[in-house]
Amino acid sequence: MKFLRLSSQFLFLATLFVSASISSAVQLIKPSENSYLDIQEALILAEPGDIIRLSAGIFTLEDSLSLDVPGVQIEGEGMGQTILDFSNQLSGAQGLSVTSDNVTLQDFAIQNAKGDAIKVKSVTNIKFLRVKTEWTNGPSSENGAYGLYPVESKNVLIDGCVAIGASDAGIYVGQSQNIIVRNSRAEFNVAGIEIENSYFADVYNNTATNNTGGILVFDLPGLPQQGGHHVRVFNNRSVGNNTDNFAPEGNIVGEVPRGTGIIIQANSDVEIFNNEIGENDTVNIAVVTYGNDTDDKTYYPHPKSIQIHGNTFGPTGYNPDTSKGELAKILFDLSGGDMPDIFWDGLLPFTQLIFGQPENEKMVVTNNGNATLLAIKPIGYMLPYFESAIIDIHEFDGEIIPLEKVEFDETF
Amino acid sequence: MKHSKKISLLITLFICFDTKSQNISSFDFEKFSHVPKFLSDYGFFKDLKNQKPVSNVHPYSLLSQLFSDETDKLRFVYVPEGKKVGYKKNKVFIFPVGSVLIKTFAYLNSNGPLEAELLETRLLINTNNGWKAISYVWNEDQTDAKRAIAGATIPTRFVNSSGKIKDVRYRAPNQNQCKECHQLKKVVTPIGPKARNMNKLVEYDAGEMNQLVYWAALGWINENLGSTSISNYADVNVVLNERARAYLDINCGHCHIPGGSADTTGLYLNFTEQDKEQIGIYKKPVAAGRASGNLKYSIVPGHPEDSILLYRMKSLDPGIMMPESGRALSDETGIKLITDWIDKL
Repeated sequence: MKFLRLSSQFLFLATLFVSASISSAVQLIKPSENSYLDIQEALILAEPGDIIRLSAGIFTLEDSLSLDVPGVQIEGEGMGQTILDFSNQLSGAQGLSVTSDNVTLQDFAIQNAKGDAIKVKSVTNIKFLRVKTEWTNGPSSENGAYGLYPVESKNVLIDGCVAIGASDAGIYVGQSQNIIVRNSRAEFNVAGIEIENSYFADVYNNTATNNTGGILVFDLPGLPQQGGHHVRVFNNRSVGNNTDNFAPEGNIVGEVPRGTGIIIQANSDVEIFNNEIGENDTVNIAVVTYGNDTDDKTYYPHPKSIQIHGNTFGPTGYNPDTSKGELAKILFDLSGGDMPDIFWDGLLPFTQLIFGQPENEKMVVTNNGNATLLAIKPIGYMLPYFESAIIDIHEFDGEIIPLEKVEFDETF
Repeated sequence: MKHSKKISLLITLFICFDTKSQNISSFDFEKFSHVPKFLSDYGFFKDLKNQKPVSNVHPYSLLSQLFSDETDKLRFVYVPEGKKVGYKKNKVFIFPVGSVLIKTFAYLNSNGPLEAELLETRLLINTNNGWKAISYVWNEDQTDAKRAIAGATIPTRFVNSSGKIKDVRYRAPNQNQCKECHQLKKVVTPIGPKARNMNKLVEYDAGEMNQLVYWAALGWINENLGSTSISNYADVNVVLNERARAYLDINCGHCHIPGGSADTTGLYLNFTEQDKEQIGIYKKPVAAGRASGNLKYSIVPGHPEDSILLYRMKSLDPGIMMPESGRALSDETGIKLITDWIDKL
């Protein structure tokens, strides 16, 4: 019996070995004085199906790494064990850059990159599993902009990751489509998790805490892909995001006030539900129009078809940050210091301000416990004797039309 | 007209005669099944160290050049015999399969006490499977260059244009970094050899000649392409705006162009872009992070000191500097030009 078990184990191992040597090669790399050359050469010479395995330890790298071969997996022995350290980086704008399809990154950490930690551009199928990006000095405007940074990509899975200390967004998915961000943690970034100019995103089971703003759904003008839509944010905890904004000026997230749970800006079809949002100094949820001038005629700056339901709110607005952007200042004035859970700036195209919004574009806010709300009535706000805001949350009652789940084949 | 035809004929004769000497006809660049380990394996040069090419490898040069840490660049092109080079206005020449572009980066140190130093030679080979980028780094004895898959770091010193000795941590890029710039819509492509950037005189063995006329004489292109030419940004007699746009085109426009590596930013610096915001005027950064330098816009007309574009040109910090790779020094001439341009916008 014992012998049998052993031999079957041996057989199993042998099969593994044979199949591995046929379909995929595993290359093990250990930290050394030539870490950069060792890893970069392996990344260039890799064939589709190969696994580049980075052993436990600290890899000290002076130049940025890049992968351009499709179907390669880069894996470490755990985000706390395999660490790629860029504290002494001398060249290259990222820690790691990926430009090929069907790539899996898992179980390692990138720390102190001079620019973005991991940038993935223009690919189909990219998985980040249990990857950590961190700037170890804590929040500082000297930190790189993004931790996990897939952009212009299709089928993006971020699962079980951790992002700490980015001076823009910890987890940032931009100009992409089919996106899942789940089971991840973002802390001490300016923006914890940001979905920007993207289509079809599910953001769930994440924790965003100690950021300036927890979760951002943004759309910006002047970019190859805009008109962000179909974003579901659910079952997340966005709590205690009270780190002072440390983004360098000029960046759009530099306008986010400290203590913001979730911001939706200029997107359509966004569903925010079953989240726990609280202990945010300024406001729990803000729904806003893009506030800067632009010449882009194709850009739509207002949020529409926003649904907010079933969320649990903790205290907010008790220590608003009025130093960044206009949001908190206006909100503070209008609420007389009694800050709401949910804020909408009420801005719409002029004709809609006069004649009203189309039914299917109206914001629906329902079933959020004792949540409070404040929505500006822009015309009333500008004229004397008119009401300048709505504070009755029931004016936004309505039927929830759930957005479809985001799915794609995760087995690539 | 007649005169230039005569010259072409002479050149053609000269070239025909000369092809009987050494050439590289034996190499199969179309399949390119294995990558030679050494530059000498190809036989591009009859005198490798002095970069004297064999007869069917031809030197060429560009009007406006990319800044690469003040290196001298020696460019050569090989086109298989009897093949044509395609032309499309404002685009890079369409080289036939089997062609090779060869570029050696060197500090020739011609105006100072240091000896000439060849650093690296990069090849772009047009195979059946598209362009392949391969680079070779020169050995210390300068006898040959060896393939460098992951690039190389070459700490060295050189004599700059004003005769001063400067230290540099020169980086020969790895294959992927080559692609960062040489890629448009995910297809690897040459950048420099556009007709508008080649309409100039070049010193050949047979004498000085306009290189487009020379290429026509080789039978590669038609004589009258009707191409305009881009300005040499170093030419102070040209209008400032033309010079600045030529500089941005060749130094930034291969990534900052729709379909290029930097198109995610919406900042387009290619020569043909006309939209002011897209060129950067009062354009807010998108993903710059600390590289914004606490400034609000890429370009603020009249205020170079408030323009992110210039801030990033000046920086030597890898998280801030532009271009992202390919330089370890700042381009003082370019900085001066772009400062003047923004100042007068």
